[in-house]
Amino acid sequence: MAERYYTESHEWVQAEGDVATVGITDFAQSQLGDVVFLELPSVGRMLEAGDSFGVVESVKAASDLYSPVSGSVVEVNEALSDNPETVNRDPFGAGWLIKVRLNGDLGEGLLDEAGYKAVTEGQSH
Amino acid sequence: MTEELTFEKSHPSAPPPRLPEAGVEAAPRLPANLLRKRPPALPRLSEPEVMRHYSRLASLNYSISENFYPLGSCTMKYNPVANEQAARLPGFAELHPYQDPETIQGALELMWRLERALCEIAGVDRITLQPAAGAHGEWTALRMIQAYHLARGEERSEVIVPDAAHGTNPASAALCGFRVVEVKSAPDGRVDVGDLEAKLSNRVAALMLTNPNTLGLFERQILEVSEMVHATGAKLYYDGANLNALMGICRPGDMGFDAVHMNLHKTFTTPHGGGGPGSGPVGVKADLVPFLPRPTVERENGRFFLDSERPQSIGRVRSFYGNFGMLVRAFTYIQAMGGDGLTQASKDAVLAANYVRKRLEGVLDLPHEGPCMHEFVASARNLAPQGIKALDLAKGLLERGFYAPTVYFPLIVPEAVMVEPTETESKATLDAFAEAVKEIVELARTDPDELRAEPRSLPVGRLDEVRAARNPVLRWRPDGESD
Amino acid sequence: MPYLVHSEEDRREMLAELGARSAEELLADVPGQLRVRGLELSPGLSELETMSNLRRLAARNRTYEDRFWFRGGGVYKRFIPTAVDAVISKPEFYTAYTPYQPEASQGTLQAIFEYQTLIAELTGLDVANASLYDGATAVAEAAMMAVVHTGRPEVAVHPYLHPEYLEVLRCYGQGRGFEVRQGLEQVGERTAAVVFQQPTFLGVLEDPQALTAHAHHHGALAVACVDPISLALLAPPGEYGADVAVGEGQQLGLAPSLGGPHLGFIACRQDLTRRLPGRLVGEAYDAAGRRGFVLTLTAREQHIRRAKATSNICTNHSLCALAASVYLTYMGPEGLRQVAEVSYQRAHALAERLSQLPGVELALPDQPFLNEFPVRMFHVEQSLKRLEAAGILGGLPIARWYPEMEDVVLFCCTEVNDLDAIDRLVEVLGQA
Repeated sequence: MAERYYTESHEWVQAEGDVATVGITDFAQSQLGDVVFLELPSVGRMLEAGDSFGVVESVKAASDLYSPVSGSVVEVNEALSDNPETVNRDPFGAGWLIKVRLNGDLGEGLLDEAGYKAVTEGQSH
Repeated sequence: MTEELTFEKSHPSAPPPRLPEAGVEAAPRLPANLLRKRPPALPRLSEPEVMRHYSRLASLNYSISENFYPLGSCTMKYNPVANEQAARLPGFAELHPYQDPETIQGALELMWRLERALCEIAGVDRITLQPAAGAHGEWTALRMIQAYHLARGEERSEVIVPDAAHGTNPASAALCGFRVVEVKSAPDGRVDVGDLEAKLSNRVAALMLTNPNTLGLFERQILEVSEMVHATGAKLYYDGANLNALMGICRPGDMGFDAVHMNLHKTFTTPHGGGGPGSGPVGVKADLVPFLPRPTVERENGRFFLDSERPQSIGRVRSFYGNFGMLVRAFTYIQAMGGDGLTQASKDAVLAANYVRKRLEGVLDLPHEGPCMHEFVASARNLAPQGIKALDLAKGLLERGFYAPTVYFPLIVPEAVMVEPTETESKATLDAFAEAVKEIVELARTDPDELRAEPRSLPVGRLDEVRAARNPVLRWRPDGESD
Repeated sequence: MPYLVHSEEDRREMLAELGARSAEELLADVPGQLRVRGLELSPGLSELETMSNLRRLAARNRTYEDRFWFRGGGVYKRFIPTAVDAVISKPEFYTAYTPYQPEASQGTLQAIFEYQTLIAELTGLDVANASLYDGATAVAEAAMMAVVHTGRPEVAVHPYLHPEYLEVLRCYGQGRGFEVRQGLEQVGERTAAVVFQQPTFLGVLEDPQALTAHAHHHGALAVACVDPISLALLAPPGEYGADVAVGEGQQLGLAPSLGGPHLGFIACRQDLTRRLPGRLVGEAYDAAGRRGFVLTLTAREQHIRRAKATSNICTNHSLCALAASVYLTYMGPEGLRQVAEVSYQRAHALAERLSQLPGVELALPDQPFLNEFPVRMFHVEQSLKRLEAAGILGGLPIARWYPEMEDVVLFCCTEVNDLDAIDRLVEVLGQA
């Protein structure tokens, strides 16, 4: 299994060949609370790393989603529109958001497990 | 106890209301393609049933008339009943906005005098009474500031907003096409002057502030901030949500604010109506006056008129002349209070907030040093060990007959509990409120599960907002028809 | 002093508790150079004096007997059932706050839920919000929905949208960065929305189906600005396929009040729900299974979404929406139809009689109208003065907006204008 990388804005990304799966972290879902709605891009959308590709909403918060990688969206997790709670239940598994065909390698600036842990420890209250 | 919807109570046997017949010769029919195919499914109820329905709904509400609302940043004070009567005088309520101005001299005079009074209170040169609410006023002021910079040939694209600001500030700025830049708050809740320095540039059109800030603290360094902002050519905007602290004490205009909005439904006692209508007049200093929305109310030789000949005006921000009924109410209040009364009102509001704050020392966390102005922010984080949140405290207060303070705002204080008692609550009420908070904090220690189950004696318990948002049902549908 | 509650004794006790010698100590953070000592306003008055002043000001305004109002142009004199004011005068409604705490606000929340349903029914659309400020800002909010939804930078407006609504729309457009084009000739791939009013500002009826099709043909949204009473008779926006319906709700039980506070309403298709500005109330259940109502989908709104909110609106016109609900519930389908029908019949009777007068003719004789219509006449100013002297609020001259129509006056009739009043109007105008 490929290594999982993270962003400071709490997305995760995991590449298998030239396709990367993107989601939000367990920390992100716990901070948001119960997810009620996701706005996700259409298949085919071109993304640059750092582009906003959607929004995740809970009852009391809404947060933009930023792409950790550059490439084109090849699949969107349609199951979430009826069951957004999957993001809370299984953020790193069934709660994935989109799959992106990469333009080249994973970019610079992604965090590894330890680096991301340091980010979250500074933010939780 | 819950109530059926009018649609559920509707029954075909209800007689329709008696209305006049046309009493004239029949007109030609309209072309069929313009007509409705089936009538709207409005409920059918008799007048007695209609009245009972709404009386029952009324009984499900808390309101200022019955309950104390310690609601931070909302200034829920007593709404004088005389205001209501004044606004309903036929000489005000029965005016058409397009009557000849010569026939509405009393109304225009009222608007003219209200403008003068608000100018004196806020320390500004002119005011538009057009905006319908606070957020509408913010947006109106930013449009004027935008037009001012453009008229000087400057395209300024950013507006600076404190991280502790009301959500309407960044939303209004964005609605004007500005990029919103956040400025941090220092640990004492006041604007971080170093960070502000770093964010200021000739791209900045305005800094939006409220003073006292959203923590209820007076921005002591306001004159310094004003100088910094003006040195870059930007304007300083005052969010008037917290003006109730300052009447007759100091004036936003004197602090250097160029544009000021006021909420007549907060400081000037027009009722909240369960969420409006309000009124959000905007005052400006001389160099923004040419950009005021049109028309303005002017006086010449003792006659009042509406002036639409304002070439640099941003135009209209709503139809007609503002929420006139609300202007009548606010004017009535200002007449009754006078300069002396308004000054005492602000002093009493500050006293009440400090008093409640003192009574809550050791009960809740008070993260900022006093004295506060008209409101203060406490934190319920001291209840975290019991798993109790600010929301539980809020629900506990509802159970005890008080409306809840503003919770989870400002965002910079964890488990924020924002209390604004206003000047119209007696000492006995303030004491009872402090006692209720104590009781709840005690309950949090002894039986947190019980607290989490409150409120128990209101029409409904805590509602499942997550389910409501996941599968929104935003209207009634007859059985069998789905959304 | 009126409305204050503390005695000097109370103040002393509270200060003592604070360990402060005077109220001044609490204001120590205010720099001395900023302090003012009181306000230069007249001293306070007793209620007796205050109300006497207010009555004097009110008396300096001219009022007209209801049945002699023949002026509309966006604000209309209609019969308001006593039930409406009786309900909105209940302090439990008018002194309540925004229903952020649902357990203590079920009355307001349920009333708004019912209002949303009434507006959705009336417009034939799926969802309505909890209210906006007025018809003009409702048009602007709908245009912004369309601009965001389509990603296009222009809004096309029918030539006879209410001129003040157009001016407001332009003011929003200049800020938000979209262009407003008057006229429908240049609708194309840059057009986010086609906005039209039915009936138009001139009172006449357009073919809304054709206008909607025109918008959709170019991939734009169709935004219909409608008269709520007219919808008892006329095809509702949902029937002809409009995407968003907006309008001014003053006619639903609100006093003219020199133009406000009134009521903006907005409704849309289901799939645009999350683009709606302002508050929405939805159904919810508590742990015991009791049905209640809550503010929902709030992540669209300014207090959560801040700079990215669908709108900046916070305080809206809740109490006015309540008035509209009581009005519509009181009327029911038959009552509302009767109101619209009587207005239609009487307006046509008036138009017929006016067109018999020498020097007076219908300005748009071939176009159908509902209860407001333009008339061409000689000596507009003198005629209106003569009516004024007879206690009649005559039609609305529209030359201030349309210089090419300097001799055109817009007359309207509603159920308040009885035949007697109509005859009187015609008689005075005929005395030239």
